[in-house]
Amino acid sequence: METLLQQTVNGLVVGSVYALVALGYTMVYGILGLINFAHGDILMVGALVALEAIRLLQIYAPDLGLVPTLLAGLSISVVVCMILGYTIERTAYRRLRNAPRLAPLITAIGVSFLLQTIAMIIWGRNYHTFPQLVSTTPLEPVAGVFITPVQIVILVVSAVLMVALVLLVNKTRLGRAMRATAENHKVASLMGVDTNKIIAATFIIGSALAAVAGVMFSSNYGIAHYAMGFMPGLKAFTAAVLGGIGNLGGAMLGGLLLGLVESIGAGYIEDMSFGFLNSSYQDIFAFIILGIVLIFRPTGLLGERVADRA
Amino acid sequence: MNELALAIPWLGKRNPAAARWVVLALALGAPLIAMLFGKTWVRILDFALLYVMLAIGLNLVVGFAGLLDLGYIAFYAVGAYTFAFLASPHFELHLPFWLVLPLGACFAAVAGIILGLPTLRLRGDYLAIVTLGFGEIVRIFLNNLNHPINITNGPQGINMIDPLELFGWDISRPLKIGEDITINSLFLYYYVFLAFVVLSIILVQRLQISRVGRAWAAIRDDELAAKAIGINTRNMKLLAFSLGATFGGVAGGLFAAFQGFVSPESFSLMESIAVLTMVVFGGMGNLAGVVVGALALTALPEILRHVAVPVQQAVFNQVILDPEVLRMLLLSLAMIFMMLLRPAGLIPAHSRYSRPELVVGKPAPAEAAK
Amino acid sequence: MKYRLVALAVLGLGASAVHAQEVIKLGVAAPLTGTQAHLGKDIENGVRLAIEEYNAKGVTLGGKKVKFEVQAEDDQADPKTATTVAQRLADSGVKGVVGHLNSGASIPASRIYNEAGLPQVSPASTNPKLTQQNFKATFRTIANDVQQGLAIGKYAATKLGKKIALIDDRTAYGQGLADEVEKAVKANGGSLTGREFTSDKATDFLAILTRIKAQNPDVIVYSGMDTQAGPMLKQIKQLGINAKFITGDGGCTGEVIKLAGDAISGNTYCTQPGLPLEKMPGGKNFNERFKKRFNADVQIYAPYSYDAASAIIEAMKAANSADPAKYAGSIAKVNFPGVIGTVAFDAKGDIKDGAVTVYQFKAGKWEALQ
Repeated sequence: METLLQQTVNGLVVGSVYALVALGYTMVYGILGLINFAHGDILMVGALVALEAIRLLQIYAPDLGLVPTLLAGLSISVVVCMILGYTIERTAYRRLRNAPRLAPLITAIGVSFLLQTIAMIIWGRNYHTFPQLVSTTPLEPVAGVFITPVQIVILVVSAVLMVALVLLVNKTRLGRAMRATAENHKVASLMGVDTNKIIAATFIIGSALAAVAGVMFSSNYGIAHYAMGFMPGLKAFTAAVLGGIGNLGGAMLGGLLLGLVESIGAGYIEDMSFGFLNSSYQDIFAFIILGIVLIFRPTGLLGERVADRA
Repeated sequence: MNELALAIPWLGKRNPAAARWVVLALALGAPLIAMLFGKTWVRILDFALLYVMLAIGLNLVVGFAGLLDLGYIAFYAVGAYTFAFLASPHFELHLPFWLVLPLGACFAAVAGIILGLPTLRLRGDYLAIVTLGFGEIVRIFLNNLNHPINITNGPQGINMIDPLELFGWDISRPLKIGEDITINSLFLYYYVFLAFVVLSIILVQRLQISRVGRAWAAIRDDELAAKAIGINTRNMKLLAFSLGATFGGVAGGLFAAFQGFVSPESFSLMESIAVLTMVVFGGMGNLAGVVVGALALTALPEILRHVAVPVQQAVFNQVILDPEVLRMLLLSLAMIFMMLLRPAGLIPAHSRYSRPELVVGKPAPAEAAK
Repeated sequence: MKYRLVALAVLGLGASAVHAQEVIKLGVAAPLTGTQAHLGKDIENGVRLAIEEYNAKGVTLGGKKVKFEVQAEDDQADPKTATTVAQRLADSGVKGVVGHLNSGASIPASRIYNEAGLPQVSPASTNPKLTQQNFKATFRTIANDVQQGLAIGKYAATKLGKKIALIDDRTAYGQGLADEVEKAVKANGGSLTGREFTSDKATDFLAILTRIKAQNPDVIVYSGMDTQAGPMLKQIKQLGINAKFITGDGGCTGEVIKLAGDAISGNTYCTQPGLPLEKMPGGKNFNERFKKRFNADVQIYAPYSYDAASAIIEAMKAANSADPAKYAGSIAKVNFPGVIGTVAFDAKGDIKDGAVTVYQFKAGKWEALQ
């Protein structure tokens, strides 16, 4: 029982990072129908920029205290990623909005490689230790479950951000414009929505979320690396589709579910399959679940918000 | 081949007949030209031809039938491992290649059907992610099926795979004619692969203008309408999947024989993406474009690898960026700018069987002239 | 046409012969991009340091003073690219090759080096199969999985505790080593509480560690690289697991100490082939020299690649020639004090007397145990 609880907590923590990244995928997809392959790399840039900022802060403002340092580093990285997200959209994707469907996908892969290469030039090929500003020492176990302060922060921050995003999309003018643009670009622009601005805003918000996710990811595992964005990006993309791509609630649900499936799956698959399968299959549980869900619900768990686009 | 010939700048449109001869001469003479720069380039050409086959197969699925497949490399893996199982010391089996290669193709086709049956009612990007998942599932199973029974030998891979043997003649050894003429096996492989590629091109070309090809085009452009005019969309899609997979399977078998060693790391997601990039880069739906795309993207990184250091030394008098970094940098920039400048690929598909708006902007001048 | 072929081949040979007069190129092949790039660069730097030191000392072969140069090639940790790179090295007239990192790359590449008559010394590929192919000039300076797995398993089961949990990263290295550890644990009276798996790209191990926690082992053995071992130690602490931790050479690095932060304790052990660095005559200030030259820490393989390059150069000196055909035989006979220990090879080409040293984490660094 303790083990099961622990696995659940493990899964929720990983899942909330997936969910945060998945939101970025799903927002861009919802509005542009584009799989933004470079999104995972924005997470990487977010983590590395924060690392650099914190490093500098620790040298030039050593008395700042742990939490302010982290917050300052985080803010800097969020701003950098927002600018980056905007720049990518403006230079690489905007001109392709009416291009054949797969052209932007290739561009996105190109952008992903480009970001990785630039990060490799700046930060080198080595793994970096990410400063531990929030403790990773476990608290007193509750019901045999170990949890660390940084994990609690991750759970809380992602929950807050997700709620904030839902409010933003559903309650504000900007959100309404985003929904309108997602529904139909042309009509939205006829209604006086500046769709270019809205799409840029989507990229900026998504990038900011990715930056936060990157900082949390690195704080939790204590590492940062120029190729670290690929796996979380891939998982988050899977999560977004699992939940129903284009659907915010779906991305969150998909992310959390994926985290849980991976964690509990890796923990129990060996017993469930009588020793035939084992944790070496951890990375494909996500896909197997995805396959099964999509066979029965072809548009993901929570469906999707637009009419047939194809 | 006509399309390839027409795609040659300047000459293609003016003198198609001459252009055709140029293509033929290039195809046959390429390894000789490559040899001037070293055997490496012949080997790169060999690999390029394998990628051409893969790209042709994937184009069938993505370009003709409009089904986005991100796990295509799985079929390549099935073909390669079939060859490795049946023609290596791993299971002590040494079946001849003319048996193993078709078997690999069959298994790949079956894998295509297995993947296609449950998933083909998904559309667009849902299909993409499921196929991506399928690719990963195949790779991870290959990586882990050495326990409890050793089937794939796990991450260690399978070594000492039999080379191709044509009529009792092992083409992995240099061919000796008379006393002092030897032809390196890389050349032999080139011509064998070339034969397969030519065969594939002819096959796919016939297919494209057949009933089936037209049905695929109809499904790609408007599935609902296709259904309405009585096309069995499910069967047609399955056919696209399994036929596409067949090409992957054959290419995989050839790869295994050529390389002599297969291991799961050769079949990663990045490979799938690389092949897809070739297809889109060259011009999705256009056979000539796909061939050029595959050749260009196999050769480009190697050329960059080759010129990166000398060019930097000449320009800056020192090496500022490692050649590897520069290669990645230029490759990614090439992908981005290529798509910005020619979103429909190097040689866009002509719009005879495709929706005009898929080809950006105005209709091609050739089309307008008709 | 066939005659032209030969003519071209001769041309190619002639061109490469001109290059190789005073300057002797050594090839390095390792992944210089991708997730293992830091390790690949480590290998390259080790070789660079070796040849720069030999150049500074001055080496005379056949009465002529020679200067060594490095030609580094990126194999992207990919078997296919590895063969292209191998061919490229062979073409460009290098006299010996240090590489590759991954066994999956080394094995197919070794075939090409063998055909070209080029000696290959791998500083990092531990798969036993590499040297079992009966190639005359395939060597490695690192202990193979069997030698090291035995040491880890024996030490864990006899010194650290009877109940052992084993984790591997499903790479050719990790899985191969773990299999040997498993055998050795059982042979030395230990029992395996469970075997778990992760990947070389993973960062989260909580799920498998939670499972291991429930089995309550005395020792956790990790068979994989430092970039996973570091975060893993952190998560072991995070879950409040009290087991001892031991890992192989892939995790016997400063990087682990750096990445694990405050989660590494005296309960952490690792093994490394060869004698401890400070005991080696050449090894004493290897780290300092390395750091001074490249402004980077030694990752894992720099000492091995340094010694691999040294072995090649020592063999050239012994044969008084840089001609692979002439000096290849002398590699098998080298015997000199290297950074990792006495460098000498057995009949297969494995490093002789794969003495494995166990280290324990003490006061901020790895300390050799006797």
